[in-house]
Amino acid sequence: MINKTVANVSEACEGIADGMTFMLGGFGLSGIPENAIAQLVKRGVKDVTCISNNAGVDDFGLGLLLQKRQIKKMISSYVGENAEFERQMLSGELEVELIPQGTLAQRCQAAQSGIPGFYTPAGYGTEVAEGKEAREFNGKMHILEHAFKADFAFVKAWKGDTAGNLIFKGTARNFNPNMCGAAAITVAEVEELVPAGTLDPNHIHIPGIFVQRIFQGEHYEKRIEQRTVRKK
Amino acid sequence: MSLSKEQIAQRIAKEVKDGYYVNLGIGIPTLVANFVRNDIEVEFQSENGILGMGPFPFDGEEDPDLINAGKQTITALPGASFFDSAMSFSMIRGQHVDLTILGAMEVAQNGDIANWKIPGKMVKGMGGAMDLVASAENIIVAMMHTNRVGESKLLKSCSLPLTGVNCVKKIVTDLAVLEIVDNTFKLLERAPGVTVEQIKEATEGDLIVEGTIPEIAF
Repeated sequence: MINKTVANVSEACEGIADGMTFMLGGFGLSGIPENAIAQLVKRGVKDVTCISNNAGVDDFGLGLLLQKRQIKKMISSYVGENAEFERQMLSGELEVELIPQGTLAQRCQAAQSGIPGFYTPAGYGTEVAEGKEAREFNGKMHILEHAFKADFAFVKAWKGDTAGNLIFKGTARNFNPNMCGAAAITVAEVEELVPAGTLDPNHIHIPGIFVQRIFQGEHYEKRIEQRTVRKK
Repeated sequence: MSLSKEQIAQRIAKEVKDGYYVNLGIGIPTLVANFVRNDIEVEFQSENGILGMGPFPFDGEEDPDLINAGKQTITALPGASFFDSAMSFSMIRGQHVDLTILGAMEVAQNGDIANWKIPGKMVKGMGGAMDLVASAENIIVAMMHTNRVGESKLLKSCSLPLTGVNCVKKIVTDLAVLEIVDNTFKLLERAPGVTVEQIKEATEGDLIVEGTIPEIAF
Protein backbone atom coordinates (compact mmCIF):
# COMPACT_ATOMS: atom_id res chain seq x y z
CA MET A 1 0.00 0.00 0.00
CA ILE A 2 1.17 3.50 -0.72
CA ASN A 3 1.88 5.08 2.62
CA LYS A 4 0.35 8.56 3.05
CA THR A 5 1.23 9.08 6.68
CA VAL A 6 3.22 12.03 7.91
CA ALA A 7 4.59 12.30 11.43
CA ASN A 8 2.63 15.30 12.60
CA VAL A 9 0.68 18.40 11.66
CA SER A 10 3.85 20.35 11.01
CA GLU A 11 4.95 17.89 8.33
CA ALA A 12 1.39 17.71 7.02
CA CYS A 13 1.36 21.47 6.40
CA GLU A 14 4.75 21.54 4.64
CA GLY A 15 4.56 23.88 1.66
CA ILE A 16 1.88 26.27 2.89
CA ALA A 17 2.66 29.86 1.99
CA ASP A 18 1.27 33.39 2.09
CA GLY A 19 -1.40 34.17 -0.47
CA MET A 20 -2.51 30.55 -0.97
CA THR A 21 -6.07 29.29 -1.24
CA PHE A 22 -7.16 26.71 1.33
CA MET A 23 -10.27 24.57 1.53
CA LEU A 24 -11.34 23.67 5.05
CA GLY A 25 -13.97 21.06 5.87
CA GLY A 26 -16.61 21.39 8.55
CA PHE A 27 -20.12 22.72 9.10
CA GLY A 28 -20.26 25.21 11.93
CA LEU A 29 -17.69 23.77 14.32
CA SER A 30 -18.58 20.17 13.50
CA GLY A 31 -15.92 18.25 11.60
CA ILE A 32 -13.43 21.12 11.33
CA PRO A 33 -9.72 20.29 10.94
CA GLU A 34 -8.73 21.60 14.38
CA ASN A 35 -5.08 20.55 14.19
CA ALA A 36 -4.50 22.08 10.76
CA ILE A 37 -6.15 25.36 11.79
CA ALA A 38 -3.91 25.53 14.87
CA GLN A 39 -0.89 24.96 12.65
CA LEU A 40 -1.94 27.69 10.18
CA VAL A 41 -2.17 30.07 13.14
CA LYS A 42 1.22 28.95 14.44
CA ARG A 43 2.89 29.27 11.06
CA GLY A 44 1.35 32.72 10.63
CA VAL A 45 0.61 32.42 6.91
CA LYS A 46 -0.94 35.66 5.68
CA ASP A 47 -3.31 36.89 2.98
CA VAL A 48 -4.87 33.50 2.52
CA THR A 49 -8.20 32.76 0.86
CA CYS A 50 -10.31 30.28 2.79
CA ILE A 51 -13.07 28.21 1.21
CA SER A 52 -15.19 27.00 4.09
CA ASN A 53 -18.93 26.85 4.64
CA ASN A 54 -18.63 28.93 7.81
CA ALA A 55 -16.00 31.12 9.44
CA GLY A 56 -15.90 29.67 12.95
CA VAL A 57 -16.71 31.59 16.11
CA ASP A 58 -14.65 34.34 17.72
CA ASP A 59 -12.24 32.08 19.58
CA PHE A 60 -12.46 28.77 17.75
CA GLY A 61 -12.23 27.34 14.26
CA LEU A 62 -11.41 29.85 11.53
CA GLY A 63 -12.10 32.60 14.06
CA LEU A 64 -8.56 31.92 15.29
CA LEU A 65 -7.12 32.86 11.88
CA LEU A 66 -9.37 35.91 11.73
CA GLN A 67 -8.13 37.08 15.12
CA LYS A 68 -4.58 37.11 13.72
CA ARG A 69 -5.81 38.78 10.52
CA GLN A 70 -4.36 36.02 8.38
CA ILE A 71 -7.37 35.76 6.07
CA LYS A 72 -7.65 38.05 3.06
CA LYS A 73 -10.78 36.51 1.63
CA MET A 74 -13.49 34.12 2.80
CA ILE A 75 -15.65 32.11 0.42
CA SER A 76 -18.58 30.79 2.48
CA SER A 77 -22.33 30.31 2.52
CA TYR A 78 -23.05 31.49 6.05
CA VAL A 79 -20.87 33.52 8.38
CA GLY A 80 -23.12 34.86 11.09
CA GLU A 81 -21.58 33.66 14.33
CA ASN A 82 -18.48 35.77 14.64
CA ALA A 83 -18.13 39.37 15.87
CA GLU A 84 -14.52 39.77 14.71
CA PHE A 85 -15.57 38.57 11.26
CA GLU A 86 -18.30 41.21 11.19
CA ARG A 87 -15.88 43.93 12.23
CA GLN A 88 -13.30 43.02 9.56
CA MET A 89 -15.96 42.65 6.89
CA LEU A 90 -17.62 45.99 7.62
CA SER A 91 -14.26 47.80 7.81
CA GLY A 92 -13.27 46.34 4.44
CA GLU A 93 -10.21 44.49 5.79
CA LEU A 94 -11.78 41.18 4.87
CA GLU A 95 -13.14 40.32 1.45
CA VAL A 96 -16.17 38.04 1.59
CA GLU A 97 -17.79 36.06 -1.20
CA LEU A 98 -21.09 34.52 -0.14
CA ILE A 99 -22.33 31.69 -2.31
CA PRO A 100 -25.19 29.19 -2.00
CA GLN A 101 -24.31 26.18 0.13
CA GLY A 102 -25.11 23.61 -2.54
CA THR A 103 -23.04 25.56 -5.06
CA LEU A 104 -20.14 25.61 -2.59
CA ALA A 105 -20.35 21.84 -2.17
CA GLN A 106 -20.66 21.24 -5.89
CA ARG A 107 -17.75 23.54 -6.75
CA CYS A 108 -15.62 21.38 -4.44
CA GLN A 109 -17.05 18.21 -5.92
CA ALA A 110 -16.41 19.51 -9.46
CA ALA A 111 -12.77 20.24 -8.60
CA GLN A 112 -12.43 16.73 -7.15
CA SER A 113 -14.01 15.20 -10.25
CA GLY A 114 -12.18 17.14 -12.95
CA ILE A 115 -15.38 18.88 -14.08
CA PRO A 116 -14.52 22.53 -14.84
CA GLY A 117 -18.02 23.91 -14.42
CA PHE A 118 -21.70 23.10 -14.07
CA TYR A 119 -25.10 24.74 -14.35
CA THR A 120 -27.27 25.14 -11.28
CA PRO A 121 -30.62 26.86 -10.76
CA ALA A 122 -29.47 28.13 -7.35
CA GLY A 123 -29.10 31.90 -7.36
CA TYR A 124 -30.68 32.53 -10.76
CA GLY A 125 -32.37 35.94 -10.74
CA THR A 126 -30.45 37.02 -7.63
CA GLU A 127 -27.24 39.00 -7.14
CA VAL A 128 -25.36 35.68 -7.04
CA ALA A 129 -26.03 35.38 -10.78
CA GLU A 130 -24.52 38.77 -11.65
CA GLY A 131 -21.87 38.45 -14.35
CA LYS A 132 -22.49 34.72 -14.79
CA GLU A 133 -23.65 32.95 -17.92
CA ALA A 134 -27.32 31.99 -17.70
CA ARG A 135 -28.85 29.22 -19.76
CA GLU A 136 -32.20 27.50 -20.04
CA PHE A 137 -32.51 23.75 -19.61
CA ASN A 138 -35.93 22.05 -19.76
CA GLY A 139 -37.72 25.36 -19.45
CA LYS A 140 -35.83 26.45 -16.34
CA MET A 141 -33.01 28.97 -16.01
CA HIS A 142 -29.61 27.98 -14.61
CA ILE A 143 -26.30 29.75 -14.06
CA LEU A 144 -22.79 28.58 -14.83
CA GLU A 145 -20.58 27.97 -11.81
CA HIS A 146 -16.92 26.92 -11.90
CA ALA A 147 -14.88 24.34 -10.04
CA PHE A 148 -12.74 25.76 -7.26
CA LYS A 149 -8.98 25.90 -7.55
CA ALA A 150 -7.12 25.53 -4.27
CA ASP A 151 -3.60 24.82 -3.06
CA PHE A 152 -4.46 22.78 0.01
CA ALA A 153 -7.58 21.04 1.29
CA PHE A 154 -7.61 20.45 5.04
CA VAL A 155 -10.12 17.82 6.07
CA LYS A 156 -11.00 16.00 9.25
CA ALA A 157 -12.19 12.40 9.40
CA TRP A 158 -13.12 10.08 12.24
CA LYS A 159 -10.95 7.14 11.22
CA GLY A 160 -8.30 6.78 8.59
CA ASP A 161 -5.63 4.32 7.60
CA THR A 162 -2.05 4.68 6.47
CA ALA A 163 -3.17 4.38 2.83
CA GLY A 164 -5.23 7.54 3.28
CA ASN A 165 -8.64 5.85 3.27
CA LEU A 166 -11.16 7.82 5.34
CA ILE A 167 -14.33 7.19 7.32
CA PHE A 168 -16.38 10.08 8.67
CA LYS A 169 -18.80 10.18 11.58
CA GLY A 170 -22.30 11.61 11.78
CA THR A 171 -22.84 15.09 10.41
CA ALA A 172 -19.15 15.85 10.92
CA ARG A 173 -18.85 14.45 7.39
CA ASN A 174 -20.41 17.50 5.64
CA PHE A 175 -17.96 19.18 3.20
CA ASN A 176 -14.95 17.06 4.15
CA PRO A 177 -15.40 14.29 1.55
CA ASN A 178 -16.17 16.83 -1.19
CA MET A 179 -12.91 18.67 -0.54
CA CYS A 180 -10.74 15.55 -0.69
CA GLY A 181 -8.78 15.65 -3.93
CA ALA A 182 -10.27 19.05 -4.78
CA ALA A 183 -7.00 20.90 -4.08
CA ALA A 184 -3.42 20.30 -5.21
CA ILE A 185 -2.66 18.69 -1.84
CA THR A 186 -5.22 17.15 0.50
CA VAL A 187 -4.25 16.88 4.14
CA ALA A 188 -6.44 14.62 6.28
CA GLU A 189 -6.34 14.60 10.05
CA VAL A 190 -8.09 11.77 11.85
CA GLU A 191 -9.15 10.95 15.38
CA GLU A 192 -7.92 7.41 14.93
CA LEU A 193 -5.18 6.37 12.51
CA VAL A 194 -4.92 2.63 11.87
CA PRO A 195 -2.70 0.43 9.67
CA ALA A 196 -3.85 -0.15 6.09
CA GLY A 197 -5.93 -3.32 5.97
CA THR A 198 -7.63 -2.67 9.29
CA LEU A 199 -10.67 -0.84 7.93
CA ASP A 200 -13.35 -2.79 6.07
CA PRO A 201 -13.10 -1.63 2.42
CA ASN A 202 -16.90 -1.68 2.32
CA HIS A 203 -17.00 1.07 4.89
CA ILE A 204 -14.54 3.53 3.31
CA HIS A 205 -16.17 6.88 2.46
CA ILE A 206 -13.15 8.40 0.69
CA PRO A 207 -10.52 6.22 -0.99
CA GLY A 208 -6.89 7.13 -0.24
CA ILE A 209 -6.25 8.19 -3.83
CA PHE A 210 -7.84 11.55 -2.96
CA VAL A 211 -5.54 12.11 0.03
CA GLN A 212 -1.86 13.05 -0.12
CA ARG A 213 -1.05 13.29 3.58
CA ILE A 214 -2.69 11.78 6.64
CA PHE A 215 -1.84 12.14 10.32
CA GLN A 216 -3.16 11.28 13.74
CA GLY A 217 -4.77 14.43 15.15
CA GLU A 218 -4.37 15.46 18.76
CA HIS A 219 -6.33 17.17 21.54
CA TYR A 220 -9.67 17.43 19.80
CA GLU A 221 -11.92 19.89 21.57
CA LYS A 222 -14.93 19.27 19.29
CA ARG A 223 -16.73 22.28 20.63
CA ILE A 224 -20.53 22.37 20.44
CA GLU A 225 -21.89 25.61 18.99
CA GLN A 226 -25.56 25.31 20.06
CA ARG A 227 -26.13 22.89 22.89
CA THR A 228 -29.83 21.96 22.65
CA VAL A 229 -31.23 19.20 24.85
CA ARG A 230 -34.54 17.88 26.16
CA LYS A 231 -35.37 16.71 29.66
CA LYS A 232 -35.44 13.00 30.43
CA MET B 1 -56.88 36.48 17.05
CA SER B 2 -53.75 36.16 14.99
CA LEU B 3 -51.89 32.86 15.20
CA SER B 4 -48.91 32.30 17.46
CA LYS B 5 -45.69 30.95 15.92
CA GLU B 6 -46.63 27.52 17.26
CA GLN B 7 -50.03 27.74 15.60
CA ILE B 8 -48.46 28.73 12.28
CA ALA B 9 -46.27 25.63 12.58
CA GLN B 10 -49.29 23.55 13.56
CA ARG B 11 -51.22 24.68 10.46
CA ILE B 12 -48.25 23.99 8.17
CA ALA B 13 -47.92 20.52 9.68
CA LYS B 14 -51.24 19.66 8.01
CA GLU B 15 -49.47 20.05 4.64
CA VAL B 16 -47.00 17.32 5.52
CA LYS B 17 -48.15 14.06 3.97
CA ASP B 18 -47.35 10.42 4.57
CA GLY B 19 -44.08 9.42 2.86
CA TYR B 20 -42.73 12.94 2.56
CA TYR B 21 -39.08 13.91 2.90
CA VAL B 22 -39.12 17.41 4.35
CA ASN B 23 -36.50 20.12 4.79
CA LEU B 24 -37.24 22.56 7.59
CA GLY B 25 -35.61 25.97 7.80
CA ILE B 26 -34.58 27.76 10.97
CA GLY B 27 -37.21 29.48 13.16
CA ILE B 28 -40.95 28.75 12.84
CA PRO B 29 -40.29 25.94 10.29
CA THR B 30 -38.30 24.00 12.89
CA LEU B 31 -41.42 23.91 15.09
CA VAL B 32 -43.39 22.09 12.39
CA ALA B 33 -41.75 18.80 13.39
CA ASN B 34 -43.56 18.99 16.74
CA PHE B 35 -47.00 18.98 15.11
CA VAL B 36 -46.76 16.33 12.42
CA ARG B 37 -49.37 13.60 12.94
CA ASN B 38 -47.81 10.54 14.46
CA ASP B 39 -49.79 8.11 12.32
CA ILE B 40 -47.83 9.07 9.18
CA GLU B 41 -44.22 8.38 8.22
CA VAL B 42 -42.13 11.46 7.44
CA GLU B 43 -38.36 11.96 7.32
CA PHE B 44 -36.73 15.28 8.06
CA GLN B 45 -33.67 16.27 6.08
CA SER B 46 -31.12 18.71 7.41
CA GLU B 47 -28.88 19.99 4.64
CA ASN B 48 -25.68 19.59 6.64
CA GLY B 49 -26.05 15.86 6.05
CA ILE B 50 -28.76 13.84 7.76
CA LEU B 51 -32.03 12.23 6.75
CA GLY B 52 -34.12 10.92 9.61
CA MET B 53 -33.35 13.72 12.03
CA GLY B 54 -34.77 13.17 15.51
CA PRO B 55 -35.45 15.47 18.48
CA PHE B 56 -32.82 17.16 20.66
CA PRO B 57 -30.75 14.68 22.70
CA PHE B 58 -31.32 14.11 26.40
CA ASP B 59 -29.17 16.23 28.65
CA GLY B 60 -25.71 14.69 28.76
CA GLU B 61 -26.11 12.77 25.49
CA GLU B 62 -25.13 15.61 23.13
CA ASP B 63 -22.74 14.62 20.34
CA PRO B 64 -20.59 17.30 18.64
CA ASP B 65 -20.64 15.09 15.52
CA LEU B 66 -24.42 15.21 15.32
CA ILE B 67 -25.96 18.61 14.62
CA ASN B 68 -28.59 20.17 12.36
CA ALA B 69 -28.24 23.04 9.89
CA GLY B 70 -28.85 25.48 12.75
CA LYS B 71 -25.77 23.98 14.48
CA GLN B 72 -28.00 22.60 17.25
CA THR B 73 -27.31 19.20 18.77
CA ILE B 74 -29.84 16.62 17.54
CA THR B 75 -30.41 12.88 17.43
CA ALA B 76 -30.71 10.41 14.57
CA LEU B 77 -33.85 8.25 14.45
CA PRO B 78 -33.72 4.53 13.64
CA GLY B 79 -33.31 4.28 9.86
CA ALA B 80 -31.50 7.62 9.60
CA SER B 81 -28.60 8.17 7.20
CA PHE B 82 -25.64 10.53 7.00
CA PHE B 83 -24.12 11.92 3.83
CA ASP B 84 -21.82 14.64 2.53
CA SER B 85 -22.86 18.16 1.53
CA ALA B 86 -22.75 17.53 -2.23
CA MET B 87 -25.06 14.54 -1.87
CA SER B 88 -27.30 16.55 0.43
CA PHE B 89 -27.80 19.16 -2.27
CA SER B 90 -28.24 16.42 -4.87
CA MET B 91 -31.32 15.48 -2.84
CA ILE B 92 -32.44 19.11 -2.87
CA ARG B 93 -31.57 20.16 -6.43
CA GLY B 94 -32.58 16.77 -7.77
CA GLN B 95 -36.06 17.31 -6.31
CA HIS B 96 -35.96 14.22 -4.15
CA VAL B 97 -37.05 16.29 -1.14
CA ASP B 98 -40.84 16.62 -1.29
CA LEU B 99 -41.44 19.73 0.77
CA THR B 100 -39.39 22.73 1.83
CA ILE B 101 -40.62 24.97 4.63
CA LEU B 102 -38.76 28.18 5.28
CA GLY B 103 -39.07 31.65 6.68
CA ALA B 104 -38.98 34.91 4.71
CA MET B 105 -38.57 38.64 5.10
CA GLU B 106 -40.66 39.34 1.99
CA VAL B 107 -42.68 37.38 -0.56
CA ALA B 108 -43.93 38.88 -3.82
CA GLN B 109 -47.14 37.98 -5.62
CA ASN B 110 -45.14 36.38 -8.45
CA GLY B 111 -43.57 33.93 -5.96
CA ASP B 112 -40.26 35.76 -5.49
CA ILE B 113 -38.78 35.43 -2.01
CA ALA B 114 -36.26 37.53 -0.09
CA ASN B 115 -34.86 36.17 3.15
CA TRP B 116 -31.09 36.49 3.29
CA LYS B 117 -29.89 40.04 3.13
CA ILE B 118 -30.76 43.53 4.32
CA PRO B 119 -28.48 46.02 2.55
CA GLY B 120 -26.49 48.13 4.98
CA LYS B 121 -26.86 45.60 7.79
CA MET B 122 -24.64 42.65 8.65
CA VAL B 123 -24.96 40.03 5.94
CA LYS B 124 -24.76 36.53 7.28
CA GLY B 125 -25.22 34.66 4.04
CA MET B 126 -27.81 32.57 2.24
CA GLY B 127 -26.70 29.19 3.55
CA GLY B 128 -28.70 26.58 1.66
CA ALA B 129 -31.75 28.77 1.06
CA MET B 130 -30.98 29.66 -2.57
CA ASP B 131 -30.45 26.03 -3.52
CA LEU B 132 -33.65 25.04 -1.72
CA VAL B 133 -35.93 27.65 -3.26
CA ALA B 134 -34.46 27.29 -6.74
CA SER B 135 -35.18 23.58 -6.89
CA ALA B 136 -38.01 22.60 -4.57
CA GLU B 137 -41.33 22.02 -6.31
CA ASN B 138 -43.27 22.48 -3.11
CA ILE B 139 -42.26 25.47 -1.00
CA ILE B 140 -44.26 26.77 1.94
CA VAL B 141 -43.25 30.03 3.58
CA ALA B 142 -43.87 30.48 7.30
CA MET B 143 -43.77 34.09 8.44
CA MET B 144 -45.55 36.96 10.11
CA HIS B 145 -47.90 38.85 7.78
CA THR B 146 -46.32 42.18 8.63
CA ASN B 147 -42.90 43.25 9.90
CA ARG B 148 -42.07 44.80 13.27
CA VAL B 149 -43.17 48.26 12.15
CA GLY B 150 -46.44 46.94 10.75
CA GLU B 151 -45.51 46.95 7.05
CA SER B 152 -46.80 44.17 4.83
CA LYS B 153 -44.39 41.35 3.97
CA LEU B 154 -46.66 40.19 1.11
CA LEU B 155 -45.76 42.58 -1.66
CA LYS B 156 -46.33 43.41 -5.31
CA SER B 157 -42.58 43.00 -5.71
CA CYS B 158 -39.79 42.40 -3.22
CA SER B 159 -37.71 45.38 -2.13
CA LEU B 160 -34.89 43.32 -0.58
CA PRO B 161 -32.27 41.32 -2.50
CA LEU B 162 -33.88 38.12 -3.75
CA THR B 163 -33.21 34.59 -2.61
CA GLY B 164 -35.12 33.07 -5.51
CA VAL B 165 -37.60 33.93 -8.25
CA ASN B 166 -41.12 32.61 -8.96
CA CYS B 167 -40.76 29.81 -6.46
CA VAL B 168 -43.11 30.22 -3.49
CA LYS B 169 -46.39 28.33 -3.80
CA LYS B 170 -48.01 28.73 -0.40
CA ILE B 171 -47.69 31.08 2.56
CA VAL B 172 -48.90 30.60 6.11
CA THR B 173 -48.82 33.74 8.24
CA ASP B 174 -50.21 34.71 11.61
CA LEU B 175 -53.28 36.05 9.77
CA ALA B 176 -53.92 33.77 6.82
CA VAL B 177 -53.14 30.87 4.51
CA LEU B 178 -52.52 32.06 0.97
CA GLU B 179 -51.60 30.51 -2.34
CA ILE B 180 -49.82 32.15 -5.24
CA VAL B 181 -51.97 31.91 -8.37
CA ASP B 182 -51.43 33.84 -11.60
CA ASN B 183 -49.23 36.50 -10.04
CA THR B 184 -51.56 37.23 -7.16
CA PHE B 185 -52.07 36.14 -3.59
CA LYS B 186 -55.19 33.99 -3.31
CA LEU B 187 -56.70 33.93 0.16
CA LEU B 188 -57.51 30.37 1.26
CA GLU B 189 -58.06 30.55 5.00
CA ARG B 190 -58.05 33.19 7.70
CA ALA B 191 -56.95 33.02 11.33
CA PRO B 192 -59.86 32.53 13.75
CA GLY B 193 -61.52 35.88 14.40
CA VAL B 194 -59.45 37.72 11.77
CA THR B 195 -61.57 39.35 9.07
CA VAL B 196 -60.94 39.39 5.33
CA GLU B 197 -60.75 43.17 5.62
CA GLN B 198 -57.93 42.94 8.14
CA ILE B 199 -56.02 40.61 5.81
CA LYS B 200 -56.58 42.95 2.86
CA GLU B 201 -55.30 45.80 4.99
CA ALA B 202 -52.13 43.87 5.85
CA THR B 203 -51.42 42.72 2.29
CA GLU B 204 -49.69 45.18 -0.05
CA GLY B 205 -49.78 42.80 -3.03
CA ASP B 206 -52.90 41.99 -5.03
CA LEU B 207 -55.24 39.76 -3.07
CA ILE B 208 -57.95 37.55 -4.58
CA VAL B 209 -60.84 36.67 -2.32
CA GLU B 210 -63.29 34.18 -3.79
CA GLY B 211 -66.45 33.24 -1.91
CA THR B 212 -66.50 32.66 1.79
CA ILE B 213 -63.10 32.27 3.39
CA PRO B 214 -63.08 29.63 6.12
CA GLU B 215 -61.24 29.99 9.40
CA ILE B 216 -58.05 27.99 9.85
CA ALA B 217 -58.79 24.67 11.53
CA PHE B 218 -56.11 22.70 13.34
